[in-house]
Amino acid sequence: MTAAGLIFSNIHDKCIPEMTARRTMASLPFGGRYRLVDFTLSNMVNSGINKVGIVTHNNYRSLMDHIGNGKDWDLARRSGGIMILPPFVTAYENPRANQLYTTRLEALMGVREYITHCDEDVIVLSDSDVVCNIDLSDVIDSHEAQGADLTLVTKRMKISTDGVRGSKVIVYSNDRGVITDFVESTPLMTEEYDVSTNIMVFTRTFLVSLLDNAISHGYTEFYHQALPFVMPTSKLCIYRYDGYYNAISSLEHYFAANMELLCGCVRGELFGNRERPVYTKVRNTAPTKYAEGAKVENSLIADGCIIEGTVENSILFRGVHVKKGTTVRNCIMLQNSCAGENVTLNCVIADKNVIIRDDKVLSGSENLPFYIAKGKMI
Amino acid sequence: MFKKKECVAMLLAGGQGSRLYALTQKVAKPAVPFGGKYRIVDFPLSNCTNSGIDTVGVLTQYEPLLLNEYIGNGLPWDLDRTYGGVKILPPYQGAKAADWYKGTANAIYQNLKFIERYDAEYVLILSGDHIYKMDYAKMLKFHKKRNADCTIAVLDVPIEEASRFGIMSVDEDSKIYKFEEKPKNPESTMASMGIYIFTKSKLVEYLNRDAADPESSNDFGKNIIPSMLADGQNMVAYPFEGYWKDVGTLSSLWEANMDLLGQKPEFDLSDEKWRIFTRHETLAPQYVGKGAEITNSIIAEGCEIYGKVENSVLFPGAKVLEGAVVRDSVVMGGSVIGEGATVSYSILDTNVVIGKNANVGGAKGDPDGVAVIGDSEVIADGANVGAGVMIPDVRK
Repeated sequence: MTAAGLIFSNIHDKCIPEMTARRTMASLPFGGRYRLVDFTLSNMVNSGINKVGIVTHNNYRSLMDHIGNGKDWDLARRSGGIMILPPFVTAYENPRANQLYTTRLEALMGVREYITHCDEDVIVLSDSDVVCNIDLSDVIDSHEAQGADLTLVTKRMKISTDGVRGSKVIVYSNDRGVITDFVESTPLMTEEYDVSTNIMVFTRTFLVSLLDNAISHGYTEFYHQALPFVMPTSKLCIYRYDGYYNAISSLEHYFAANMELLCGCVRGELFGNRERPVYTKVRNTAPTKYAEGAKVENSLIADGCIIEGTVENSILFRGVHVKKGTTVRNCIMLQNSCAGENVTLNCVIADKNVIIRDDKVLSGSENLPFYIAKGKMI
Repeated sequence: MFKKKECVAMLLAGGQGSRLYALTQKVAKPAVPFGGKYRIVDFPLSNCTNSGIDTVGVLTQYEPLLLNEYIGNGLPWDLDRTYGGVKILPPYQGAKAADWYKGTANAIYQNLKFIERYDAEYVLILSGDHIYKMDYAKMLKFHKKRNADCTIAVLDVPIEEASRFGIMSVDEDSKIYKFEEKPKNPESTMASMGIYIFTKSKLVEYLNRDAADPESSNDFGKNIIPSMLADGQNMVAYPFEGYWKDVGTLSSLWEANMDLLGQKPEFDLSDEKWRIFTRHETLAPQYVGKGAEITNSIIAEGCEIYGKVENSVLFPGAKVLEGAVVRDSVVMGGSVIGEGATVSYSILDTNVVIGKNANVGGAKGDPDGVAVIGDSEVIADGANVGAGVMIPDVRK
């Protein structure tokens, strides 16, 4: 089966407003050298998908800068390749002008033309809040074998309410893996459920008819209107994914998800498969320098850093500078941020280009990290 | 379609680099890794890009597979261009003859058609075995200002080292009147850096003449430069100041890597104004484990460090396991230092495996020299590899 991909870049922006004020969820930096969209894009490319559309909403300049022509994901192609799908906003006086989509279903309606122009058998949909390394060709195979119209990837897990913004979609299915209901999670649901990862494989023609049906019925909700409407007449299946999976749902969760990378087994699942590397934009920085007197333990460090102080249990992105006498503990320091001399940081997220002047002491805590916005000087 | 280019660079990358022995058994010298994530060829290529020279012919001959793959379409150096860009030029079969490149001059001679295609007025000749940052545009300006036929970049070297180089004697206008290849009693301290700019018409004339001479060894240093000098052509020396290192020997390759270390390194790779470009591997950030100790070192992406690293340069994906010690060494991509092993004063090529508790190399500065372990060699658990030992030993 041939497949094209479709990625939603903004859908979860509201989960982490601190960091998405000027960027999309897709372009949220993660894990030392990546942006979240790298995981989804790499999953698609590693599964043989070489035509991908990225649905955008707002604030997508950083995303465009990151993606470029797609070469770093091998998506600079004559046929197929990557395409950013910005929203249509008409400049003329019009009651609908400046109205952008508000739901997943409306976002899909907005790219109906892209979907009808594809000639692939299936469309693989994914959000860009996910951190996982999944073989999508296996999902597509299952979709074909089941003769499904939609195959939804689910992850069996407990719903955590701690510091999580928004709800999850819980998927109920029968013993043959056919979906019977979708339910929005509530804080009272504490057991293990099949939770939707929002990664799904659609038979393309089915997706088009689903959208047309939804448009004619005036539906706006994907899981609770459009899908239930077609459920009696079509085959919606689940695919239970049992590998490492994380979806970023708040600043606290962003902090925790980054820290999970310090565990060797998580790194192994995400980055350990040589056949399925995670690609990202190449920035061409020199290797990292450890000065005399540097002390580094249990940390993930990108290229281009200069480390003269102490770094423990932390994630340092490209070009971070930790000066003499400084201790950085349990921190995430984004690209080109700098901690001056004799600084002490604990549980701090320093966004891009942050400068922390000499002798400052800053601390958050594990469940409430201290966030410093992009470009701030302290 | 071809656009006219003022200056075309020709990069001589066909040499084996036989004095790097084990390191160049499978790859040509320009493809030898350097400085944590680079290869030697990145330096002249990045210099070209930073100097605004966008057309580079790379002459390959010895073990070109990796070099071809590495340079590819030239994108990492921004040399993937609609007009020009980087082109690999291997020896080929012509209508009348087919031949290997018999020498540096012969390699250029066989590719004069490449230079003619771009209708270049000047030709910059580079070699693929030096580490340096240099603005070729300034040298070209100098060449044009002096209305020279040939400009040779020169570096002031200590007199006691002068007999290792090609030495120029110049007058007060820096016009060259004498050139000696590796003189026993050097007259001057101006060493040729192996970087030449020729006015194309003169280059064509002398290459044609050289090709017609069956006695010639078809070499720039031995034939072309001396015969131009003998004919009284306008040849000038362009003085270069800054870091320049020939990494043609194991000890100089080791030293040049060490020059990157320290608070104020002799050679700075992270200079934003003169970036060195390279083709990257897709690897996760480096992970430094609990109990690791790293001091005065350069470490690239994908490395995992659980042991002790001191005064060393580690390339992408190298691993130093628990209790292992790496000191004063160069560890190339994908090599693994086993638990409790010690590597000191050594160069490990790519994908080397050092067994548990093995000992490789001597103390820094050992008179026997740097220990060298070739690509994909495996050193057994507990083995002892002394100072200056080479595995496999290809020195005979």
